[in-house]
Amino acid sequence: MTGEDSAWFDEDAGPLARPYTFTRGRTHVARDDLNMITLVVALRRFHRGELDHAHERILECCQDPISIAEVAAGADLPLGVVKVLLSDLIEQNYVIFRTGLAKHSSATSPDTLQKVLDGIREL
Amino acid sequence: MEFVSSDRTIRPAINATALKILIAGGFGVGKTTLVGSVSEIEPLRTEEQLTERSTGVDDITGVEQKRTTTVALDFGRITISHELILYLFGTPGQDRFWFMWDELAQGALGAIVLADTRRLASCFAAIDFFEERNVPFVVGVNCFDGSQMYTVDEVRGALDVDPFVPVLLCDVRRRESTKDVLTALLQHIMSLTGHAQRAAADN
Ligand SMILES: Nc1nc2c(ncn2[C@@H]2O[C@H](COP(=O)(O)OP(=O)(O)OP(=O)(O)O)[C@@H](O)[C@H]2O)c(=O)[nH]1
Ligand SMILES: [Mg+2]
Repeated sequence: MTGEDSAWFDEDAGPLARPYTFTRGRTHVARDDLNMITLVVALRRFHRGELDHAHERILECCQDPISIAEVAAGADLPLGVVKVLLSDLIEQNYVIFRTGLAKHSSATSPDTLQKVLDGIREL
Repeated sequence: MEFVSSDRTIRPAINATALKILIAGGFGVGKTTLVGSVSEIEPLRTEEQLTERSTGVDDITGVEQKRTTTVALDFGRITISHELILYLFGTPGQDRFWFMWDELAQGALGAIVLADTRRLASCFAAIDFFEERNVPFVVGVNCFDGSQMYTVDEVRGALDVDPFVPVLLCDVRRRESTKDVLTALLQHIMSLTGHAQRAAADN
């Protein structure tokens, strides 16, 4: 089983469903520490056939550090499904990630805010 | 397959800080245009499926009924340096579903609410959403041709936003104008965090 057709949505997950995929006989759930702007990058290359098509597609998108939202757009899959596939790849050490997400904007340092402001002015 | 990252000029570090600003407002108010005017990439699109738990139970099967709705977001990127990346997410225009999407607001640096003076009411829901979740925001009044019939003060009064929330006129088709709105948002956020820190220091 591969790809989009293997994605389901959890019946009891509340308003925002946590999707999972069913790959090679196992049920996979997305890690809860991934979000739209979590950056991910592939650690190693893979051989054709080593992974199923859906995972390969994801891995091809993250050869350079890239946000999960961009991976989803590039792979043309819903965000939730991409998070599940990335969770598999993270667990199997194909991908590493970094969540730079503060809970609230007030947690962003004045220094970082100043850099963003300067960056916008230079556009 | 085309790689999404192939057009990137600065390769970000994996430990880069990624920040998110939301662009909200009613249907067709110019959210995607705003994102496109400053983004280094053509605005990309991503989708999420939100499940609505309905109150009713199906009489025949006894199964609780649910509806799944697909919500689409446009987004663009500004790579400030290899360790700092800003993403701009345009929220779905008239879709009521994004208001239950917690992940959207979580960790957002701030938001721009775009208003169209011909349909001011269409941005009330977005303003409520950001006020409730304490997401700092500014209001950009997008000036469609011939629609500048109100002053900033009139718009402010009609929207009933707090006096410290910046409200400014803009034309989001122009990069300079979008930069002005983003600059106002950043300055607003900095003054809010400055106040918070001074308040903490006083205690
Ligand atoms: N005259 C004028 N037209 C504008 C302006 N901003 C946007 N438009 C036009 O308005 C239309 C809608 O703009 P979009 O950026 O797609 O609006 P949106 O808010 O993303 O729309 P939805 O995602 O469908 O809700 C486009 O045809 C734009 O070219 C403006 O400032 N002035
Ligand atoms: Mg749009």
